[in-house]
Amino acid sequence: MSEPVLSIRGLTKRFGTTTVLDGVDLDVARGEVLVVIGASGSGKTTLLRCVNALVPYDAGSITLDGVEVGYTAPGSGVRRSDRALSAIRADIGMVFQMFNLFPHLSARDNVALGLKVTRGMAKREAVARAEHWLARVGLADRMDHLPSQLSGGQQQRVGIARAVAMEPKLLLLDEITSALDPELVGEVLDVVRGLAAEGMTMLMVTHEMSFARDAGHRVVFMDQGRIAEEGVPKEVLGNPRSERLQRFLRRIELRTE
Amino acid sequence: MIEAMIYALPFLGQGFLVTLAVSGLVVAGSLVLGLVLGTALAFGPVWLGLPIRAFADTARAIPLIVLIFTVYYGLPALGVNLSPFWAAVAALTLFKTGHVIEIVRGAITSIAAGQMEAAKAIGLSFVDRLRYVIFPQAVRRFLPPWINSVTDSVKGSALVSLVGVVDLMMAIQQVIGRTYQPMPLYLLGAIIYIAVNASLSVTSRRLEARFARVVAS
Repeated sequence: MSEPVLSIRGLTKRFGTTTVLDGVDLDVARGEVLVVIGASGSGKTTLLRCVNALVPYDAGSITLDGVEVGYTAPGSGVRRSDRALSAIRADIGMVFQMFNLFPHLSARDNVALGLKVTRGMAKREAVARAEHWLARVGLADRMDHLPSQLSGGQQQRVGIARAVAMEPKLLLLDEITSALDPELVGEVLDVVRGLAAEGMTMLMVTHEMSFARDAGHRVVFMDQGRIAEEGVPKEVLGNPRSERLQRFLRRIELRTE
Repeated sequence: MIEAMIYALPFLGQGFLVTLAVSGLVVAGSLVLGLVLGTALAFGPVWLGLPIRAFADTARAIPLIVLIFTVYYGLPALGVNLSPFWAAVAALTLFKTGHVIEIVRGAITSIAAGQMEAAKAIGLSFVDRLRYVIFPQAVRRFLPPWINSVTDSVKGSALVSLVGVVDLMMAIQQVIGRTYQPMPLYLLGAIIYIAVNASLSVTSRRLEARFARVVAS
């Protein structure tokens, strides 16, 4: 594949005395769908939050298209200004487990806000693009609805539209179907499949193994803050080498059956 | 009784306006200061938050009358000479700012952390995150306690009569000084204060209903 969009080296993050990320190295190539799996507490979500500069980290480096994300330089320990962080985050989309839609804004305005304010688009242009993306995720008839008037699956599709409309270089998806009723998971994953087919670069934390198998280009298994196994989905999921991954996959399968 | 009230009314107009002016200045001043300091308390670093916290707690812990006397009788010793009117407004504003800081901080921190993160994720700057995401939601939690505190300000403004400002309360005292009929005059005063605060309450309920509709969640 081409040169990496996202490059992570030696990423280390501690909460007090607990080491949550312990020297993670990871590259995501342009157009790649990289799926991260692992038990809760293995550091998957923290990894995504570090990439979007939502939390500081203790050591290592994260670069997006060669630009250091959270700090002025690798290892400098000097946090970038809020303005600089905002500019970098604008190029990284994020979809949250709990949706985190803005409850006071309609679906349309949820998507249009970043376009207007961050991208500086004229209102008409922003609204047109918001409506385009809402139609793309199958919500053409829900544009005026407030989040509270939408089902969980619909809310999450608004969440995806909000992130993708910004045309990010990288899309982070943090367990985006975990809070959904089982019958709503499919509609959300279908949207993600469509984005993958169009070449969107994605770093996705999920427990949906069947999705990882058929839509992921590469799977990473995280365990105790480290990358324990990595490879093409068929290999990693079909032929797990370590005892821990075998046990993890058995537990997941029991849950879904 | 009624005649005594009707007789007194023309003498109360000026004082009533002063009460409105004191209340209005205090409400506006404490709102601006409280918004800035409360926001700084909610988001700022510890070195900024600690003095704000100390100020808010102190202002709320001191009896209002002590604060008014301190500003009026105490500041001249430091070379600051304020007229009774402005000394009273300054003291009341300090007191109210302590409350507004607490109300603002509470309203902001009641908004789920995920809202701030989602606003960051679409690249909004700090000011835009507040403007478009946090404040529109926080205003709904802010309004009920704040309107309470506004009615408190109107009531508290009666204390300015104690440093010689001729507000509604003082005007009532003056009429009583001439007519020696305290009961009808105090009753009339109570009715006027109730009328002002009742209209504030009605306004606040309307506002609340409006924001509840906007932020249905």
